[in-house]
Amino acid sequence: MEKEEIYERLNNVFRDVFDDEGIVVKPETTANDIEDWDSLEHINLIVAVEQEFGIKFNMNEVTTMKNVGEMVDIIISRMN
Amino acid sequence: MKELEYPFDVTYLMKNKKKIKRQLLQNDNFIEKNIAILGGSTTSEIKNMLEIFLLNYGIKPTFYESEYNQYYEDAIFGNEELDKFNPDIIYIHTTNRNIMQHPTMYDDEKNIENMLNSEYEKFKKIWKSLSERFNCTIIQNNFEYPYYRLLGNKDAVDIHGRINFITRLNQKFHDYANSTKNFFINDINYISSCYGLDKWANQFYWHMYKYAMEVPAIPYLSFNLANIIKSIYGKNKKAFVLDLDNTLWGGIVGDDGVENLKIGPEVPSGQVYSEMQSYIKEHKSLGIILNINSKNEYENAIAGLNHPAGTLKPEDFIIIKANWNPKNLNIKDIAEELNLGADSFVFVDDNPAERKIVQNYVEGIATPEIDVPENYIRIIDHNGYFEVTNFSNEDLKKNELYKDNAKRSQMMMSFDNYEDYLKSLQMKAEISTFKPIYLERISQLSNKSNQFNLTTKRYSLADIEDVYNDDNYIKIYGKLEDIFGDNGVISVVIGNIKNNDELHIDLWIMSCRVLKRNMEFAMMDMLVKKAKERNIKTIYGYYYPTVKNKMVIDFYDLQGFQEISCDEQGNKIYKLDISNVYTNKNNVIEVKE
Repeated sequence: MEKEEIYERLNNVFRDVFDDEGIVVKPETTANDIEDWDSLEHINLIVAVEQEFGIKFNMNEVTTMKNVGEMVDIIISRMN
Repeated sequence: MKELEYPFDVTYLMKNKKKIKRQLLQNDNFIEKNIAILGGSTTSEIKNMLEIFLLNYGIKPTFYESEYNQYYEDAIFGNEELDKFNPDIIYIHTTNRNIMQHPTMYDDEKNIENMLNSEYEKFKKIWKSLSERFNCTIIQNNFEYPYYRLLGNKDAVDIHGRINFITRLNQKFHDYANSTKNFFINDINYISSCYGLDKWANQFYWHMYKYAMEVPAIPYLSFNLANIIKSIYGKNKKAFVLDLDNTLWGGIVGDDGVENLKIGPEVPSGQVYSEMQSYIKEHKSLGIILNINSKNEYENAIAGLNHPAGTLKPEDFIIIKANWNPKNLNIKDIAEELNLGADSFVFVDDNPAERKIVQNYVEGIATPEIDVPENYIRIIDHNGYFEVTNFSNEDLKKNELYKDNAKRSQMMMSFDNYEDYLKSLQMKAEISTFKPIYLERISQLSNKSNQFNLTTKRYSLADIEDVYNDDNYIKIYGKLEDIFGDNGVISVVIGNIKNNDELHIDLWIMSCRVLKRNMEFAMMDMLVKKAKERNIKTIYGYYYPTVKNKMVIDFYDLQGFQEISCDEQGNKIYKLDISNVYTNKNNVIEVKE
């Protein structure tokens, strides 16, 4: 799967979870950039991303992930 | 909303809950309730999911959520915010993570007994403290099983095992629930086992976010909880409307003939339908009304229902519609004949096209996606349509009552004069001030009555107890029996005394099964009698319109009240001066107090 396609699908997940059609995620996007992205919504995001791509993050990954770019890297490594 | 019925797509719900909430909020006609969630672990997503399930049931919740793991402190020491919140319902979300002490192999029997009691007493203290402060409904989780077994299979058997300990603790919770009104168990022990305990207990979610179960399991928990709450507020379904061919038996009776239908123990597909029939029939004991809606010749339908291997017989049904009319029209007829809203029906049909039509044309009806025959029972059952919270003896007799009504309408045909007919029924009523044995039924009635209901004010059992104990209320119930049978408690009036000589009627309800029997006049006569005893001079009546209570729009006019105001929404206020002579209106029912 191309990186571009992953960003596109990820973008849709973000828009659904935060109910905001204006969101555009970039590699450097973090929780600070999206208003509703607090620790409680974070878990919903993680679950939604897992379900979108049919993968599971482990605890270590979730705790060390710094931005959307790192999330995409993990998704790519899982899918290959 | 179809998406919020079992079996649901958890991924869709979790991702789209905000959108779903927005859509649901476009409806009106919500009842509003304050729900406090006291958690022993993270509860945020439980609350979010509960909210959309409740909105779907027509209940608009406002939430109080305790700080993380503050359930004990909030309950025992209280806090100002919770006090001000004044909850209608308190949900205590605790799990086996909140059990403070577990037995070990070093403990002797007496130690373990003490541990068990101290865990139980801790919770009992919470419940007592909350019900003393708020006198509201409490919903408490029981405990799910732990995800590992130190002793293996012996963990269930040996007093040192956690499984054994939790089983005993759960039994104590259940016993308490059995002997306590307004207290209900949210059975997470069952829900977690349906979901799969290993998945439920996914420890990732505990260590990451302090959720005591896997987050994708939360919709199941919240749905189960929403079912208890909607049941408490009278939003259970009341009747089945069932298809026949390939729903209650395998095959098509008109084509295959009765002798070739699949039902009975001989073949697997026959066994499936036998169990389905038994499952449906068991609902009669809960007061659920059974009806048939089938595209068939009537004779063929009856012949199929008389199949010797079938458990369901024609006499188990109140109304049998076997014809070639569109099913949505049959449903409207059934609703009218039963005097029930079609939104209280569960329509069971194997044909997705029929389900779709009915879903589109009959607002609020449930049309479970029953899938293949071996899944019928699970899918109907897990939807929780008939969740039992307050079970009264009335429910056991419900089917008989509807049968009696059918007999009455036959008898009515033989009279030219309606009053003669009413007299021939030899009606006897008991109308009296609330008595403790009827409080449960009175609360149930206040939550179930939609059509003959002037204010649509709902009373939980706790609310009714408050009214019962308050001397500023005149509160009467009415029971009615006739030659065909006893209808039980079917009408309630609650009036609030203000300014010494005014009575304001907060609630006036009557069950639709006694419509047009002049019972409302007998109730009025008694209300006036009680009011005069309390030196009331003026009675004020209120009519608040809803989509369902048009039937009583001119009720107070008929009772001789005078309309004094009507606002833009159609809310009306009436008054009646009783300081002079009042002539009794009822002359067909013999009344005793």
